[in-house]
Amino acid sequence: MYPTNYHKPSSVADAASLLSGGEAAKVLAGGQTLLPTMKQHLAAPSDLVDVRGIDGMEGVTASNGTITIGAATRHADVESNADVKSHIPALAALAGGIGDPAVRSMGTIGGSIANNDPAADYPSAVLGLGGTVVTNKREIAADEFFQGMFGTALDEDEIITAVRFPVPSKAAYAKFPNPASRYAMVGVFVAQTDSGVRVAITGAGDDGVFRHEGLEQALSGSFSADAVDGVAVGEDGMLSDIHGTAAYRANLVSVMAKRAVDAAG
Amino acid sequence: MSDGIGARVPRKEDKRFITGKGKYTDDIRMENQAYAAFVRSPHAAAKVTGIDALAAEAMEGVIAVHTGPQMKDDGIGDLITGWSITSKDGSPMQCGAWSPMVTENARYVGDAVAIVVAETQEQARRAAEAVEVSYEELPATVYVDQAVKDGAPQVHGNVPGNMIYDWEIGDKAKADAGFAAAAHITEMEIVNNRLSPNAMEPRSAVAVFDEAEDHYTLYTTSQNPHVARLVLSAFYNVAPEHKLRVIAPDVGGGFGSKIYIYPEEITCLWASMKTGRSVKWTSDRSEAFMTDAHGRDHVTKMRMGFDAEGKILAFETDTLANLGAYVSLFATVTPTYLHGTLLSGCYAMPAIYGNVKAVHTNTAPVDAYRGAGRPEATYSVERMMETAAREMGMDPAELRRKNFITEFPYQTEVILQYDSGDYHKTLDMAQEAADVAGFAARKAEAASRGKLRGIGYSTFVEACGIAPSAAVGSLGAAVGLWESAEVRVNPVGTIEILTGCHSHGQGHETTFAQLAADRFGIPIENVAIVHGDTDKVQFGMGTYGSRSGPVGMSAIVKALDKVEAKAKKIAAHTLEASEDDLVIEGGEVKVAGTDKSMAWHEVGLAAYIAHNLPEGMEPGLKEASFYDPANFSFPAGALICEVEVDPDTGVTEIVQFTAVDDFGTVINPMIVEGQVHGGVAQGIGQALLEQVVYDEDGQLITGSYMDYTMPRAGDLPSFTLDHGCTPSPLNPLGVKGCGEAGAIGAPPAVINAITDAIGNNDLQMPATPLAVWTALQATKTPMAAE
Repeated sequence: MYPTNYHKPSSVADAASLLSGGEAAKVLAGGQTLLPTMKQHLAAPSDLVDVRGIDGMEGVTASNGTITIGAATRHADVESNADVKSHIPALAALAGGIGDPAVRSMGTIGGSIANNDPAADYPSAVLGLGGTVVTNKREIAADEFFQGMFGTALDEDEIITAVRFPVPSKAAYAKFPNPASRYAMVGVFVAQTDSGVRVAITGAGDDGVFRHEGLEQALSGSFSADAVDGVAVGEDGMLSDIHGTAAYRANLVSVMAKRAVDAAG
Repeated sequence: MSDGIGARVPRKEDKRFITGKGKYTDDIRMENQAYAAFVRSPHAAAKVTGIDALAAEAMEGVIAVHTGPQMKDDGIGDLITGWSITSKDGSPMQCGAWSPMVTENARYVGDAVAIVVAETQEQARRAAEAVEVSYEELPATVYVDQAVKDGAPQVHGNVPGNMIYDWEIGDKAKADAGFAAAAHITEMEIVNNRLSPNAMEPRSAVAVFDEAEDHYTLYTTSQNPHVARLVLSAFYNVAPEHKLRVIAPDVGGGFGSKIYIYPEEITCLWASMKTGRSVKWTSDRSEAFMTDAHGRDHVTKMRMGFDAEGKILAFETDTLANLGAYVSLFATVTPTYLHGTLLSGCYAMPAIYGNVKAVHTNTAPVDAYRGAGRPEATYSVERMMETAAREMGMDPAELRRKNFITEFPYQTEVILQYDSGDYHKTLDMAQEAADVAGFAARKAEAASRGKLRGIGYSTFVEACGIAPSAAVGSLGAAVGLWESAEVRVNPVGTIEILTGCHSHGQGHETTFAQLAADRFGIPIENVAIVHGDTDKVQFGMGTYGSRSGPVGMSAIVKALDKVEAKAKKIAAHTLEASEDDLVIEGGEVKVAGTDKSMAWHEVGLAAYIAHNLPEGMEPGLKEASFYDPANFSFPAGALICEVEVDPDTGVTEIVQFTAVDDFGTVINPMIVEGQVHGGVAQGIGQALLEQVVYDEDGQLITGSYMDYTMPRAGDLPSFTLDHGCTPSPLNPLGVKGCGEAGAIGAPPAVINAITDAIGNNDLQMPATPLAVWTALQATKTPMAAE
């Protein structure tokens, strides 16, 4: 690992100023991707700004049909949170299926969505539930936040402080893990929300997490596994690698969508 | 005696391993220790046109940067191969030179180009990144079938067509006659996938040059420290043997990959001399994926002919074997004498012909990996038997029974003579343990849950205990494959056994101690096993090929015989009895039928006090043996795998796995079962999960665990194990070897089960969800429109 300066600010404002002050500063929000990358000499940030422990950035609040999760809340804490479990059990289950216990004890929701790994789990929940990303500068709707593989709407010095989720009437996440990495090879998040049925897919797309219009339409008509059968999921835009061809991933999108719909009940 | 032969004694060595107190090479800390990092080729094929190390040399902490040409100038030799193969036309094999660091051309991604020595590991690594190497990229040959095509880029100038050898075994004319008479012929093409060994402990070396004594010490991760010392001395000119001590301390797994002497260890020794510093290098996992010798990588076309009743008439295989960019120490023997000689399986085959073409490619070297050649042979034979049975509409178990060898010794058509076995018995036991009779009901129940359930067999035989020295010498081996032992009884009666074998997970410290405990009736706590240090232990050949049981323990037994004989002479003299009347039991030497006895420790004391020894007897109680086996040993077994396939995703779950093995005499059943568990896990890994993948430019795609799938506990079922036993008549204990059986036998059982489940025999390893789903789609192809 190349030398770097570690900072532990006590407020979001301090974090933001450290972030804009450093020559190549990065937010450290659990570090489950960043630190291994640094160890491999593939990243060399001048400064690490650790946002864990900043007041108000950790924990879950529930009010008026909304669940708000602090950006520095660890996956393990979302998995076990009573409010998340009772209002959006699909989200608790998703958090409980990320990586392994070590990853879940360090990784955070803010870190995950800011990185927007095309095979990460959380982006599908944020997009599938139609969540809102709250930053130190503004609020960004999920549909605007994710901008292709590893791309987001965040500015260089912008810090995610929380993610807000509307409570859906039904939701579920079904993941097919990559046999080697156990990241999502295909993960389908389905939700029946006030604004209609949303289907967000991670792992499969060659440009990161995306919504599947065909599945959303079919499930709006009938929220059932049979409705998924009527949708031809095409290979276009699907990733292809040694673990899964585009055709195989397209098949898995259908299969996982059906399983998610069945699980949502 | 509770610690003796056959007892499930807990492993003595586990206390230090499970409490984190093992002492591995990377734990060694020398005064004046510096760290090495290697600059490696990012190209599969490239000419090195320049190396600019000025910037790196100027970096903080950097002691030296050295390159291949400097090493050559200092007279350090090229790496060697330990076994010469003769092609079928009588010509000797051709292989390219392997210098420890590139002198002109880099030939695979990871080929070492320069070594950087610095004060810290991080400084060495950063400086290695700063060494500027200019490359002229060249076209690469990556895949085995590509290597033999006309016009394929040549990996080495002196190896035309990339052909290292074109070798044959058996009798082509006899096989052709068998096929001409056959009522049924099954033909298949199979791939034995390329694997990465993935020992938990990566390779590591600490090289210590003592200028005052002109002496070197190498601590390293070796399965055979004496062989390492011999090769480093005799061929690489590092130092004469008496000026080089090789120590392999605790070693965390090898699976074959730590048999070989690699460029890094040689280079660290040389760099220690150049810099006057102790030089440590420990591979990281990325380097391990790139540079540890890979395993397997065969493509085989084969056919088998049967008469109308299902009796085998002829078997023919045509194999392409990828040996990678350079020929590693035992790479040449693996596809030939460790593979072709097992093509008879456990069947009476009247005619066999095997052809193996071994080729160079621009990939990491490929050498022996757990099983070494026998898994490849077993996979061919056992997939063939299952597939042929299905084609002929026969029960796969019955086809096997019809062809089992039943009389021993049995001379195969491919050199080997099997010592003993009872293949019907192990298959009977396995079928009963696996409840084969209930399979149809289980299949129907699975179908009601939407799952495809299948069952597959593998009845394997393999050759362990490598090997009779004169026999392997006649086949091209550069060394003899005997083993040594020394048994030292201390004056207080405790015992040290010095063995030329090396334990890197096998539990020798327990199993070997049980032999002495059993012989003299003493607790195994009173027996210590010494291994892994060329200054402490007499020359030995090391541990691989499941040889430490049949060869290594036989040497110990021979030395114990001598100790027992001398101990009895001493006791007979003291007790004024005849040696013939003495028995040793319960820690005492007793005169049978009397109350006269001597405690074992009193015998030890008498030997060293030497006040009252028989006339002319030398003092002391220490005996040695060099044991050269009369033959290989031939463990065999029957494995039955049951799987459920999810037709929607292609995911295979192994729901039941039964292994009934015949390892001959078993010393410690618990350790043997552990070996079977590990072997089967690796076999299942090969069948379902593992594969080294290079892209067409020779870049390693599976360079980390993000893409290389290791078996996890959740991928494996709880195994059902049992043992049949036909002791080997050819060694004193009757043992046969158990270290590789699982890795050898398991892959075809798994694939045969999956192909049974999906109704498609056209499936290659690894049977990933993608591969199984794709094979399932092929079964659903709609009929062509009329």
